Amino acid sequence: MTTNPGEFVLGAPIADTRAPDGPLAERWTKRRSTGRLVNPANRRRLDVIVVGSGLAGGSAAATLGELGYRVRCYCYQDSPRRAHSIAAQGGINAAKNYRNDGDSVERLFHDTIKGGDFRSRESNVYRLAEVSVEIIDQCVAQGVPFAREYGGLLDTRSFGGAQVSRTFYARGQTGQQLLLGAYQALERQVNAGTVTMHTRHEMLDLLVVDGRARGIVVRDLETGAVTVDLADAVVLATGGYGNVFHLSTNAKGCNVSASWRAHRKGALFANPAFTQIHPTCIPVSGDHQSKLTLMSESLRNDGRVWVPAQAGDTRAPADIPEDERDYFLERRYPAYGNLVPRDIASRATKAVCDDGRGVGPGGRGVYLDFADALERLGRSTVEARYGNLFEMYERITGDDPYRTPMRIYPAVHYTMGGLWVDYDLRSTIPGLFVIGEANFSDHGANRLGASALMQGLADGYFVLPNTIGAYLADGPFPKLTPKHPEVASARAAVTDRVQKLLSIDGDRSVDSFHRELGKIMWEYCGMERTDEGLRKAIELIRSLREEFWTRVKVPGTGAELNQSLERAGRVADFFELAELMCVDALHRTESCGGHFRAESQTPDGEALRDDENFSYVAAWEYGDVPVLHKEELDFEYETPTQRSYS
Amino acid sequence: MKLTLRIWRQKDRDARGKMVAYDVDGLSADMSFLEVLDVLNERLTTAGEEPVAFDHDCREGICGACGMVINGVAHGPQKLTTACQLHMRHFNDGDTIDVEPWRARAFPVVKDLVVDRGAFDRIIASGGYISAPTGSAPDAHAMPVPKVDADSAFEAAACIGCGACVAACPNGSAMLFTAAKVAHLGALPQGQPERSSRAQAMLAAHDDAGFGGCTNTGECTAVCPKGIPLTVIGALNHDVLGAAVRNR
Amino acid sequence: MVVSGTRDRAASTTKATTPTPGRKAVYRSTVGAKSVMAVTGLLLLAFLVAHMAGNLKIFFGAESFDHYAHWLRDIGAPVLPHYWYLWIQRGVLTAAVVGHAWAATALALRARRARPVRYAHRPKVQGSYAARTMRWGGVLILLFIVWHLLDLTVGTVNPVGNPATPYANVVAGFAPSRWPVTLFYTLAIIALGFHVRHGLFSALRTLGQRTAKGEQRARVAALGFAVLLVAGFLVVPFSVLVGLVG
Repeated sequence: MTTNPGEFVLGAPIADTRAPDGPLAERWTKRRSTGRLVNPANRRRLDVIVVGSGLAGGSAAATLGELGYRVRCYCYQDSPRRAHSIAAQGGINAAKNYRNDGDSVERLFHDTIKGGDFRSRESNVYRLAEVSVEIIDQCVAQGVPFAREYGGLLDTRSFGGAQVSRTFYARGQTGQQLLLGAYQALERQVNAGTVTMHTRHEMLDLLVVDGRARGIVVRDLETGAVTVDLADAVVLATGGYGNVFHLSTNAKGCNVSASWRAHRKGALFANPAFTQIHPTCIPVSGDHQSKLTLMSESLRNDGRVWVPAQAGDTRAPADIPEDERDYFLERRYPAYGNLVPRDIASRATKAVCDDGRGVGPGGRGVYLDFADALERLGRSTVEARYGNLFEMYERITGDDPYRTPMRIYPAVHYTMGGLWVDYDLRSTIPGLFVIGEANFSDHGANRLGASALMQGLADGYFVLPNTIGAYLADGPFPKLTPKHPEVASARAAVTDRVQKLLSIDGDRSVDSFHRELGKIMWEYCGMERTDEGLRKAIELIRSLREEFWTRVKVPGTGAELNQSLERAGRVADFFELAELMCVDALHRTESCGGHFRAESQTPDGEALRDDENFSYVAAWEYGDVPVLHKEELDFEYETPTQRSYS
Repeated sequence: MKLTLRIWRQKDRDARGKMVAYDVDGLSADMSFLEVLDVLNERLTTAGEEPVAFDHDCREGICGACGMVINGVAHGPQKLTTACQLHMRHFNDGDTIDVEPWRARAFPVVKDLVVDRGAFDRIIASGGYISAPTGSAPDAHAMPVPKVDADSAFEAAACIGCGACVAACPNGSAMLFTAAKVAHLGALPQGQPERSSRAQAMLAAHDDAGFGGCTNTGECTAVCPKGIPLTVIGALNHDVLGAAVRNR
Repeated sequence: MVVSGTRDRAASTTKATTPTPGRKAVYRSTVGAKSVMAVTGLLLLAFLVAHMAGNLKIFFGAESFDHYAHWLRDIGAPVLPHYWYLWIQRGVLTAAVVGHAWAATALALRARRARPVRYAHRPKVQGSYAARTMRWGGVLILLFIVWHLLDLTVGTVNPVGNPATPYANVVAGFAPSRWPVTLFYTLAIIALGFHVRHGLFSALRTLGQRTAKGEQRARVAALGFAVLLVAGFLVVPFSVLVGLVG
């Protein structure tokens, strides 16, 4: 490619045409009651492929199976139960108002729109808030062991600075319990014969025939066999792309390949630059680091964040007197103190470390100190609240947080961007639906705590099964065979790419490239982005990508379990995504939510939005030069305001 | 620090495997056990050798993907810890460490340290669920659950399906895994209608998969990274035998 | 039965494992086998307790002990003719031992099949040694029973060996000069103690004990029973050995 860094073409605007008109509160009901339906007898003749088995994919596959479609579900793990939704700790929001504290669908809608910094679609977000209530009912019926009070009713807590207590939880393992609920529902359908599960299979391309998504090309990760699976519709539930940063809180296997392959086949990729950085993770301890572990946000309720006031102070924390400490969050944001939103806490942390005042190996960390809390509340109370987190911290670092302050540092956690979808969760390729973190739809520029689980399950249990019918009512589509020229050529292209990766036979491992790419992205497209840095990043990414395709070493063959080969394909796609992320970040010269452009800030250093020029979703079309399609955001019910936490 | 790792290498399902020794240098006590394997694999890759295949994903102890027998103990020497969260500060410089895959007929080795745990999915599919099709649920507060029941259900539900229980059991039994699900769902009011049939079907699937029978040795719970108690097996026995007696 | 193949290859067979198993299936299952083990074990344990209590009659003197032994043959009289009860009991006990050993063998063979490739690094015992010595302990106990019957029931290997004088048989059998016999007896009883300790706990678990508190109680009860049995059985030969009984 010979384009200038950041160059793009402006294409035709796009719009969501599937959301019904009328009052916001009635749209979802209207959509459900007027959508076309598929006769139950016909469902048995319709094939649906679901890629991914997390909260979104697992719940969708199970529900579509219950409806009677012929479902095939794919995951790269050895069991659908291992999808990374399992690692979510905090909880799941729902506008149940069981606390009588003034919560409602409207309030959850408002909080989500505002939390997303006014970069999401009102219809979608309202529906999310509406459906949230049903999710809790569904999960309880499945036997998800949510925390309960002595009276036997469900317990809730306030999370991430919300003013109402609407977060349902199962100790620190909410994601695990919800995923297992979906997994069990999925296995029930496997048993009933409506869903066929294909584990250790990775989707390597999307099959588009006559303008419709008609199947996928998959590689059996154990035998290496590349096959084509043909269907009437394809659902992607393949999660986020945080691993483009190499170090993130994502699982090692999380990747963008399925989404990226669909993007290359014509699906628009929306807001790729919107990534969420979580402030409380365990810092990197050395070059060997393979992943970052999140520590629950709740720790900031009682822990105080500080660094030495002087740069280069290497004394042990206990030896630094009170007046030589800088409690920088309390100092800069007196009203909210240590409880400022994720993005603000993360940037403030980065700033003090850039200042040379960071602690721990490499100076990339700040203290989260519980000394005051221990004195004020006593050890037993602190233990009851955070005991399991303290143990986890000690297991990983070897330090005891009861005696010495924790060290924390921000890490990439969630990606709000993803494939563009309309109200029906249709991508721009007919027959291709995208759900869960893989789509861009509901969180705008920043996701609220405990909303990821809500969105994944809303899409999978309730939204997609209700909207996919309108598309499938036109099916079954003309029969295809593996011999069809387009099918055969898609398969051949995948085989060729696998062969290409194996044949380079260079001298650098896939991981070494991934690590280097991650460093570039973290440095220039992480918490704070600048015009200059992003342009530089694009050049660095391009040259690293070129080096990858000439120097990567993938040992072994394609006809066996080959984990290096799997990673090579994923990293190759990350290179392309990384560049698009930088292009998106570069073109959006405002700051909003998780996207902070140093050029666009208020006098006191906060994100400054530019609603006049950027109140749109940036949906990118693949091409040698990316094409930008804008979806203007209308706010009929909410009035965009500037966030302020000082 | 420097270690000698003796690792089980096996090309594929049908190949014969053997233990192969590797010296790994330049390690830090802050590394996790899997990061040591990463270091070894990086070295093997650049030397043109085949890296060691092992399952892993979340690396924070919750997905259940990783699992290997380290010096004869499933997940290694630290209690309540998966291999991905086991850190090298629990070993000494110069140690020789044996690393083997889970061993069970129902968990055939796929390659090196990777085994096929599909049998666990089949056990769940046989009945490890509450039949509650989407959309059919009453309000979540329609059925209060006593806190003690909710807590005991949660304790059993914490299972991550890693398979360490099978690896450690002298009988190669998966009873702790199977019973954890039976106990979880059987403790809740929602789980009562299918309680007997669930226990019986899951037991049949467990036995069909080729796992051994439980003799209550307690090795499983000793290595379980989530500390699933042995009492769950009593719950399974109770449900299975209770059903058999009632059917009389 | 599916033990290999990736998930999708196996998926088609999953449906076949959706049974509504009847009672028979339960008895044929691994839980069925260990239920047999538990019930027969409890039966044998009940016998052991009675046996031990009877043994202690020896401290009331030869007449009392011999009278007790004769009485055993007349339990149930006059409804049951002489010796009938004893033969019924022997029949039940033999059936229990056979059932117990059959279940143990079936589970042991199954365990062997369940792990065709052994670990190169011998697994460390993390549970209890009592639990891990059940099978060899059981075999030792079985051998001991054979010897014990020949010694004190049939009398073929006893220096006195007169069924009419059990007291004399015991005293002669555990005479100091026959210390290897006493040693074997002691070892067997200790093995029995271990066996009972895990066995009783395990039987309660098998029969549905399922609470944490119950587990604590079961462990205490199992240990108590084991200690009681070992002490009760060993006090007789050691009393003979030191001349307390003679």
